[in-house]
Amino acid sequence: MSSSSQVTESWISSFCGLLGHEYFAEVSEDFIEDDFNLTGLQSQVPMYKEALEMILDVEPEDDEDEEDEEEEDEDDDEILGDERPTGYRRASERRHLRMASDLSVIESSAELLYGLIHQRYITSRPGIQQMAEKYELQHFGTCPRVHCNSCRVLPVGLNDTPGHETVKLFCPSCLDVYTPPNSRFQTVDGAFFGTTFPSLFFMTFTDIDIAGSRNSAGAADALLAIQQANRDAKNNATPSHITSINGVAPHNLAPGLGPGSIYEPRIYGFRVSERARSGPRMKWLRMRPADVTELDETRRYWEDHAGDGDQPDEEDLNMIDVAEGKAAPTDRRKKLQARRRRANGSGGGGGSPMDTNGIGAAG
Amino acid sequence: MDDFNSETDSDYTSYWRDWFISSRGNEYFCEIDEEYLTDRFNLTGLNTEVQYYQHALDLVTDVFDFDCDDDMREAIEKSARHLYGLVHARYIVTTRGLAKMLEKFKKSDFGKCPRVLCQSQPLLPMGQSDVPNTSPVKLYCARCEDLYNPKSSRHAVIDGAYFGTSFHNILFQVYPAMLPPKSQRRYEPRVFGFKVHAAASLGRWQSDERERMKERLRQARVETGFEEEDEDDEEEELEDEDMEVGDGFEGAMVQQ
Repeated sequence: MSSSSQVTESWISSFCGLLGHEYFAEVSEDFIEDDFNLTGLQSQVPMYKEALEMILDVEPEDDEDEEDEEEEDEDDDEILGDERPTGYRRASERRHLRMASDLSVIESSAELLYGLIHQRYITSRPGIQQMAEKYELQHFGTCPRVHCNSCRVLPVGLNDTPGHETVKLFCPSCLDVYTPPNSRFQTVDGAFFGTTFPSLFFMTFTDIDIAGSRNSAGAADALLAIQQANRDAKNNATPSHITSINGVAPHNLAPGLGPGSIYEPRIYGFRVSERARSGPRMKWLRMRPADVTELDETRRYWEDHAGDGDQPDEEDLNMIDVAEGKAAPTDRRKKLQARRRRANGSGGGGGSPMDTNGIGAAG
Repeated sequence: MDDFNSETDSDYTSYWRDWFISSRGNEYFCEIDEEYLTDRFNLTGLNTEVQYYQHALDLVTDVFDFDCDDDMREAIEKSARHLYGLVHARYIVTTRGLAKMLEKFKKSDFGKCPRVLCQSQPLLPMGQSDVPNTSPVKLYCARCEDLYNPKSSRHAVIDGAYFGTSFHNILFQVYPAMLPPKSQRRYEPRVFGFKVHAAASLGRWQSDERERMKERLRQARVETGFEEEDEDDEEEELEDEDMEVGDGFEGAMVQQ
């Protein structure tokens, strides 16, 4: 925007260059200058205007010039534009007086504001693209879990309001969240990344092979390669013509979980029994059906309640995409019916998993 | 400690084990008793595994007295570390060894579980194989029962066989009181407050598997070890799901 900001480093790039801020993307000034993107932030950030000016490197001295520009902009879309400049000027005068004492307050407000804008930016098209580049370069690190084979992770917040939790890392391979290995990230607020970002990321870039990085890392090690081949074979009960289950390609649905990726405790080679007090209790957390069509809950439900009337159309039933048109719907149904018997015993939520009246009704 | 290293060149080398366990990168090891090392029975079979076995053993037990050039010395030093590691794997499953490792475990010397829901549960070192040079050391979390890579690269090069595949499981058999309570909570990926369908349906499937396991255990009259156990709690859990509030995880959602 102003030529001066290009000479010296902008506030945004210096903020992103700070130690511990490696996860941040540089929000484009265009995004920040669009008021729509800042809706509601004014009430969340103290000294909002000053903070915003700091982020955009709008110098108080430059105010005259800036205002002129802004005035023009304002005139175009706002009738109230006339009143603005005086307000601005007064604000800038006041600022000169309190500048020194309040600078640190404004600085921290600017960081908060930038974080909150960042949370929105990385779910926008240019933002998520920028994060994709950082993901490719492994800027967020890899999953510490052994069976995830150094799968690349993404930053995530556990809360969208600031001040609750620090930033965590989401692993798409085990669908779990981890604390960043370096303690310098323990000062970064998770809300600056938000709860939505990583899941939206993998919904946006469905072509990414989540487990992909393991090939380059694992191929070097012959043993790992063999283990991998073993695991793939075990995991491969999914009919090969299925290209999507519940909106995700089968090979991208938690590839780090399932048979072969669950730790089996052993003592001198003998497995520790489930019935032992110290026996395994948490295997469910890392389980995944060998045949992912088991997760097609809609179809399973309606096959259980075949006679119950209101059965939706065949189209609506289908949470599975197949490669070659209607290659095998009938034989899939047979399989599902066989499987159904096993699935029946699961108390859990009762009723339909898709029944929004019961479980899904959030306040 | 660096001064100490040069001192080992003299004839009277002492406290090699002290130096070894206190040197950087060896934080996972505990000190093996002199007594254990000098009992030949405990070293059965290691002479074929370790080069310069006798010299290495002398070095470890601080009776090294052999004039040799630097290259040889280097090789013996390396063998001594290997020997120490292999004896270590045997030692830590003995009563005294377990007690020593338990102390280190309590101090979180092996690090804490990176999984957010494990709430900094201390880890234990383990190997995925008992054969040396197969895979580096991993860390076991007793709360989520999973394996993690050590944070630091200086630990990632330690051989897993120096800890073995059994040690961490034996520790919890011997000290069942150290078993952490297991949690049924999980992370639920969400987009704008809504659960992601693929992840959520996998989660429901996993919960079904868990309930089936609990049923099996109940029929076998075995304690399940989960934090929230009774039927009341299960109802609560459902309610939680209804209301989507509370603890940051099940309820990690957009707030106004």
